[in-house]
Amino acid sequence: MIVAEAKPIKEILEMIEGFNKILVVGCKGCVTVCNVGGAKEVAILASAIRIAEKKKGKEVEVGEITLERQCDPEYIEELKDIIQDYEAVVSLACGVGPQFISERYPEARVFPAVNTKFMGGAVEHGVWAERCAGCGQCVIHYFGGMCPIARCSKSLMNGPCGGSNHGKCEVSPEIDCIWDKIVRKMMAQGRLDELLKIRPPKSWLTARDGGPRKMVREELAK
Amino acid sequence: MQEFKPKIVAFYCSNCASSAAEISNKLGLFLPENIKLINVPCTGRIEILHLLKAFENGADMVYVVGCQEDSCQYINGILKLKKRVAHVKNMLEQMGIEPQRLEVFSLYAGKGQDFVNIANEMLNRAKQLGPIY
Repeated sequence: MIVAEAKPIKEILEMIEGFNKILVVGCKGCVTVCNVGGAKEVAILASAIRIAEKKKGKEVEVGEITLERQCDPEYIEELKDIIQDYEAVVSLACGVGPQFISERYPEARVFPAVNTKFMGGAVEHGVWAERCAGCGQCVIHYFGGMCPIARCSKSLMNGPCGGSNHGKCEVSPEIDCIWDKIVRKMMAQGRLDELLKIRPPKSWLTARDGGPRKMVREELAK
Repeated sequence: MQEFKPKIVAFYCSNCASSAAEISNKLGLFLPENIKLINVPCTGRIEILHLLKAFENGADMVYVVGCQEDSCQYINGILKLKKRVAHVKNMLEQMGIEPQRLEVFSLYAGKGQDFVNIANEMLNRAKQLGPIY
C-alpha cells in the first residue's frame, strides 16, 4: 500500500490561515490502513482545527467526510453537492487524492494534510517499511523474492557493494543490506549460482525517471 | 469581575484509579466541584480524539488517572495512553495551547489521598493558566 505520514498540525494550520469554512476529506484506502487519513484521523484533524481557531478567537466551520477512495472519480463525485459550501478543502489522502479533487473541482482550494512517503507494508504494529519503488519492471524473482531497487540504497542489480557491513548498509546502521539478505537466502535455497549471472544495467524508462506514467488496459477502456 | 471557575475533565480507569477513588470517599475526601469524572474500563481505551473533544467542548484542563505501569490489568493500557498523551501535548503546543493543560497520572489502588491531591493540583494549575479560550 501507499504509506503516508501526517503533516505537522502547525503546517496544516498555516496552510488554511484565513479560511473560515474548511472541509476535511479522508480516504478509506491506504491512508486508513497506515492510520494517517481515515475517518478517525479526519475527526482528529477537524477537532484540532476547531480548537486552534477558537484559541485565536475565531469560530470556523469544519466539515468532515471520508470517501471510499480518493483515487477513483466516482468517489470524488460524492463531493459535488457539498464542496461549494466550503472555502478550503484539506485532503488526507495520498498525493493522488488532493490532485483528483483539484482536477474535478478546479475552483476549489485544495491542501494536502499528509506527506506521501513510499509503497510498503507493516513490518510490525505501527511500523511500515518500504518495499517497492514502482520501477515498472519487477524482477524480485531473480533475487530470492526481494527487491534491490527499493531496498538497496544504490539500487544495485549486482550487489553487494563494498559498503555492506555485518548485514547493514553503509548509509545507515538502521538500514539492512538487502544484498546480504539476498545472498543468504539464495544460499539457503541452493541457488547461489544464479547470482553469478550479471544483470544488465536497469532501464529506468519504465520508472518515474522516464516521465509521468500511464497504464492503459485496452480491454477495459472505452 | 467574575471569578474564573475552571472546567476540568478527568478520565479514570475502573481498576487502580477507581479503587483509589472509593478509598478517598471512605476517608471523607471529596473532589473539587469543577471536575467532571469520566470512567473508562482502562486508560488504554482513551483515544486521541477523546482528549481533543474535551478541549473542543470547553475543558480548561484534561487529565487521566490510571494504574501504575507494572500493574495495569490490561498489561499495557496505561503505557499506550501515555504515548497518546505525549502526542496530544505536542499537538496542543503547535496549536498555541499550553501542553500543561493535559496530564496523565499513575497511582496505586490504595492511594485515596493521592486521587484527591491530583484533582487539587490540576485545579490550581488551571487557575494559574487561566481559561483555555
